[in-house]
Amino acid sequence: MEVRLDVFLMIVGAALVTFIPRVLPLMVLSRFQLPEWATRWLSYVPISVMAALVAQEIFKNGEKASLSINNVELLAAIPTFFIAIKTRSLLVTVLAGIIVVMVLRFLFPS
Amino acid sequence: MGLANDQIETVADSRDKDTFLQGVKDCVPTLLGYLSIGFAAGVIERTAGLSIAEIALISLILYAGSAQFIAAGMMAASSSITTIIITIFFVNLRHLLLSAALAPYFRHLSPLRNMLVGSLLTDESFGVAINEAAKKNYISEKWMHGLNITAYLNWCAANIAGAFFGQWISNPETLGLDFALTAMFIGLLVLSMLSRKKMKRDVVVAIIAVVIAVGTSSMLSGSMGVIVATILASTIGMVIEKWK
Repeated sequence: MEVRLDVFLMIVGAALVTFIPRVLPLMVLSRFQLPEWATRWLSYVPISVMAALVAQEIFKNGEKASLSINNVELLAAIPTFFIAIKTRSLLVTVLAGIIVVMVLRFLFPS
Repeated sequence: MGLANDQIETVADSRDKDTFLQGVKDCVPTLLGYLSIGFAAGVIERTAGLSIAEIALISLILYAGSAQFIAAGMMAASSSITTIIITIFFVNLRHLLLSAALAPYFRHLSPLRNMLVGSLLTDESFGVAINEAAKKNYISEKWMHGLNITAYLNWCAANIAGAFFGQWISNPETLGLDFALTAMFIGLLVLSMLSRKKMKRDVVVAIIAVVIAVGTSSMLSGSMGVIVATILASTIGMVIEKWK
C-alpha cells in the first residue's frame, strides 16, 4: 500500500504537464491570442500522437519496442477501427476491442 | 467567438438558473464512460504493479485517462520517468485546444476562477460543455463545476474500484485487458478525426505519424519514437495546410 518515491515523482511530473495545458489558455487567452501557426500545429497534435501510440502499441512485441508484428493485436485493430467509426463511442470501442482480442487469443494461443 | 462574449453579458440573469446541480445532472450521460474506462485503467494500473495508494494518488492528482493508461503501460515496460512524463506532455497538449475553445465563455472570470474551471477539464466534460455553449451561447460557472466535479469523483471511484478488482486478476492478457489502451487510442484517434472537416489531410498526417513511429522505434525507444513522430507529423500537417 506504500507510495514509492520514483512513482510519486512520475505522478507529480505527469500531473504538472497535464495541468498546465488544461488551465493556461483559460487563464491567459482573455489577454492575448495564440499565433495562428501555433493553433494550426496544435490542431494536428492529437491525431499525430494517437496514431503514433496506436502504431507503437501494435508493432511492439513484449517488453521491448521492436518491429516484430504482434499479429493478434494487428488483427484486432482492424475491427476496432470500424467499430469506432460506426459507433463514435469511446466506451463501445474499448469494450469491443477487449472482446475481439480475448476471442482471438482464445482461438490462436501463442 | 467575440460575439459569444457579448452574449455572455446579456444573458447574465438567466445564467444564474444553471445551477451546480444541473451540471451534475448533465454529467450523467457520460458517467458510464468514466466508470468503465476508469475501472479498466485501475485494473491496468494494478497489473502494471502500482499499489492501491499509488492508484488513488494518480487518479486524484493526474486525472487523465490516456495519461494514466500510458503511465501504466510504460511502467510495465520499465521506461524512465522522464520519457513517461514527456510522452504524457505531448498526449495532453490537446488540452490546450479544449481549454482555448472554452476561454471565450469564461472571460468574465478572474484568472484564479478560470484555473479552477480548467483544472478538471477532460475530453468528455469539454464535449458536454461545448454542446451546452452551442445551445445557450454561454456556460454557467456553477454548472461547469457541477459537471467537472461529478466526472472527477466518478473517475477516482472507478479507478480505485478497478485497482481492488485488479489484484485478483493474475493474467490480464487472457482477458484482453491490455488491449484496452490500444482500443482507447484507436477510439480517440477516430473521434478526433471525425470531429474535424479535414479528413484527407488528417489521414495523411496519421499515416506519416505511424511510419515515423515504427521507423524510429527500432532506433530509439518506443516512447521517444512517439515524441519524434508527433513533432514531425504535426509539423508536416501544419505545412501541408499552409501550402495547399
